[in-house]
Amino acid sequence: MTQTEFLNIVMPFKDKVFRLAKRLLVSTEEAEDATQEVLMKLWNNKAKIEEYKNVEAFSMTMTKNFCFDKLKSKQAQNLKIVHNNYEDGNTSLQKQIELNDSVNWVARIIEELPEQQKLIIQLRDIEEYDLDEIAKMLDMNNTAVRVTLSRARKTIREKLTNTHNYGIK
Amino acid sequence: MVLNSIDKLLEKYENGETSLKEEQQLKNYFSQETVAPHLEMYKPMFAYFSVNKQEQFTKDLPLKTKKVFNYKWIAVAAVAVLTLGYYFKTPVISSYEEYTYGTYNNPEDALSEVTKSLAMISGHFNKGVSTVNYLDEVKKGTVTLDYLNEIEKGTSIIFKK
Repeated sequence: MTQTEFLNIVMPFKDKVFRLAKRLLVSTEEAEDATQEVLMKLWNNKAKIEEYKNVEAFSMTMTKNFCFDKLKSKQAQNLKIVHNNYEDGNTSLQKQIELNDSVNWVARIIEELPEQQKLIIQLRDIEEYDLDEIAKMLDMNNTAVRVTLSRARKTIREKLTNTHNYGIK
Repeated sequence: MVLNSIDKLLEKYENGETSLKEEQQLKNYFSQETVAPHLEMYKPMFAYFSVNKQEQFTKDLPLKTKKVFNYKWIAVAAVAVLTLGYYFKTPVISSYEEYTYGTYNNPEDALSEVTKSLAMISGHFNKGVSTVNYLDEVKKGTVTLDYLNEIEKGTSIIFKK
């Protein structure tokens, strides 16, 4: 397998891997390292790549496991919390600042979720994977995924409502 | 969009029962400038989801094609060198033999040459031997030293092995 062939396989989902890693590891640098590591592992095992039925799902599982390992290791103890600048050209400045703030709230709320819920919110609401696919990636049962997803969404909604109404009610 | 259907979709959404298509509907609805006031708090959530989806991995991938040196080739090269060396060496030996032997075609010439060289060797040999004659004197000396054996006999009696 040549480099270009490999890149053609990897390109479509490398951003997804990165975002999943970032969801779990929080810091951009850590996530970049993790993504690089996962892709390098794939590259080193490129001989076996044809055997995998779904390289994307396989990579997502690999990323999940890799990030959990990282979180367990001592290296993860100097994590940085970095928030991105969210841009949206359509809204006015006043609205934009307001939105930025509440969008940051969402980021913070998701960060506080248990890891499993974080993972599922990431895979479903951001990457828009099918429930069956998620179940396969996380080695879970379909109903369990649904329940976790529902719990996570309810938590986010409750916390958002609380912040939204803070000082009003 | 009918507000009622959004409310329903949201309820389904919270139970994790919406399909990807329905979720797309929700996302579209909440990406509008204005949403129903009682649903305002959902807006940042869906905004966050769509913004987050655009984040990209920009780091370079150092894809190296590792070339593992195969040590088998060293053996192959060694064998090649040996065979080549042997192949080129043998003709040199045979031509040397031709050069040293069989240069005389006439046997009489050869015989005279051989006797000449043998005579020369024996002449030099005799010269060498004559200078070693004094060794006979040494032999005479050692014969006179035979009485030492007598002493040895005496000491062996004393020490009685």
